[in-house]
Amino acid sequence: MFAARTGASPNGVRRDGHEPAAQPGTAIVLASRAAGGITGALRRWTGRLVGPQQEERLERLQTRANEFGVDPFGLDIEFAKAAIAPVVWLYKNYFRVEVTGAVNVPQGRTLLVSNHSGQLPFDGAMIGVASLLEAEPPRMIRAMVEKWVPSIPYFAPLFARLGQVVGTPENCRRLLAQGETILVFPEGVRGISKLYRDRYKLQEFGNGFLRLALETRSPVVPVAVVGAEEQAPALADLKSVARVLGMPALPVTITGLPLPLPVKYRIRFGEPLLFEGNADEEDAEIEKKVHQVKATIQAMLNQGLRERRHVFW
Amino acid sequence: MRDVIVITGISGNLGRALAKLLHRTDRVEGIDRRPMPGRPKDVVLHQIDLRRKKTEDIFRRGDVKALIHMGIMHDPRMSTEEHHTFNVFGTAQVLEFAARHHVPKIVVLSSANVYGPGPNNDNFLGEDAPLMGGQRFSEIRDLVEVDMYAQQYMWKHPEVETVVLRPVHILGPAIRNAPSSYLRLRRPLTLAGFDPMVQLVAVSDVCRALALALRPGLRGVYNLTGPGEAPLSAVLRELGRMPIPVPHPLARALVQRLWDARLTSFPPPELDHIQFLCTVDGSRFARDAGWKPQLTLRETIHCVDAESPIRREGAEAPAVRSAGAV
Repeated sequence: MFAARTGASPNGVRRDGHEPAAQPGTAIVLASRAAGGITGALRRWTGRLVGPQQEERLERLQTRANEFGVDPFGLDIEFAKAAIAPVVWLYKNYFRVEVTGAVNVPQGRTLLVSNHSGQLPFDGAMIGVASLLEAEPPRMIRAMVEKWVPSIPYFAPLFARLGQVVGTPENCRRLLAQGETILVFPEGVRGISKLYRDRYKLQEFGNGFLRLALETRSPVVPVAVVGAEEQAPALADLKSVARVLGMPALPVTITGLPLPLPVKYRIRFGEPLLFEGNADEEDAEIEKKVHQVKATIQAMLNQGLRERRHVFW
Repeated sequence: MRDVIVITGISGNLGRALAKLLHRTDRVEGIDRRPMPGRPKDVVLHQIDLRRKKTEDIFRRGDVKALIHMGIMHDPRMSTEEHHTFNVFGTAQVLEFAARHHVPKIVVLSSANVYGPGPNNDNFLGEDAPLMGGQRFSEIRDLVEVDMYAQQYMWKHPEVETVVLRPVHILGPAIRNAPSSYLRLRRPLTLAGFDPMVQLVAVSDVCRALALALRPGLRGVYNLTGPGEAPLSAVLRELGRMPIPVPHPLARALVQRLWDARLTSFPPPELDHIQFLCTVDGSRFARDAGWKPQLTLRETIHCVDAESPIRREGAEAPAVRSAGAV
């Protein structure tokens, strides 16, 4: 209570204080300097990886950041540009992503709908980098992430700062209304944890994305990712162990860990599909339209598989 | 002529601030068990328990034009039974008195906490979202009940303009609720690997919103948001705090021990608020009532530290502050 009469609160913030506290501890200063240094270095790395032309695209990214540098959903674009450096490295050097049809991604609100695989969501990350570096205008896509993610320490804030949002219909609706590009994996966990023998066989699609597309009159862009389905061949899925650990799935891969092999990624953006109809129609009606999307993606996958020469190059 | 605004819970920090705002333009009377330090001379205080029959006398005179009900107890140390009868029974009682004596406007102060923090929450919960606050934190259950009672009252008394306001975390220099006390800690505990977006609103803005809710014609349930949202870490950094990150299972056990030993005033389930989202969509109030907070987000954050004029008078024991070891 020593501060009560001196006109300053214990840590020196003035009543009108717009500046942060005057003397934070040395530890905090060092920690924030270290963090700032790492962020700066990563940001430069991103710049080197993408080159001057694509660097200009990063500068053009639009967000609704407030005075703390975050948008209402928690996307911190400056942090994101730095943090994606390792992902961009994977994109350029490890998965050597080949993108076709980026011109098909329309301006404004869009639902990207893709196949999902690979045990770890590198497919989502690569579609994200592709949208950033190839689509016009450049954009930070918002993936609808598994409801499990906000409970995982470190991943919860990381995903949020990168603009990835829990996949509730309300979140999706709101983001589309803002004109964002949403990435949806209608296969969900069934897709990402599929076994090697099921590669490139689309699993059951959820219907939610199509209802939202109808409701918000958003175009659906089918996306086919070829390569990811072989990145971490899973032989079995230990469902009961997963349940004990509170995880959605526990795949057993050849290497034990679900780390990806250096497969070559081929991402194809299809032509946008516009659906008309009532968003509240019965499941049977919605399923017909969902099936159309699914069939389109399957056809794109099949074509991609026919055209590629090899899994690794 | 009906020209009196009755405020329950007027002796609290928020109640006093609201009385000071409203007494300039209206006759204000308050109901509270506690004395009201710094009471403006023209504000009448009825120092009685809300639950007593005598409360009805205040409405019997027939000059009450509005009731602002915020006489809701948030003392986590109080017995659940006392909590429950005071909050739920007290609310039912006072709203019933108001209806019986034809008070045309009721404003009930609820809280965005009724939605409850959770990993599956929408980033912006609308007013129609289910009230899950009691799911993990049973002490919040009676607040949920108060909120539901007020909604039920809207159906029972369509002739009354009832407004339920659900503000996000209220911050103020003298406010001793969990979020303000937490943000005043020099070394607050945080949960390692979690950094949810938080929404804050200054006590002065809440008073202005309550005054706005009195506007004739306005009725319904409204979330009340402040000037935007920020990650918890950014708020702590802005205040120059030195957070101590602790893995969450450990933190829960630790806070539980401290709570059992009465070394902290933070109930362990409150940790959910620094782990998960409980952020709301305030656009409905902005649209229907023209709500816009006056303070910026920076100013709102700093208002926890602004020196309290009350404390300078030495009228308030800083008990909770010193107890806030966590």
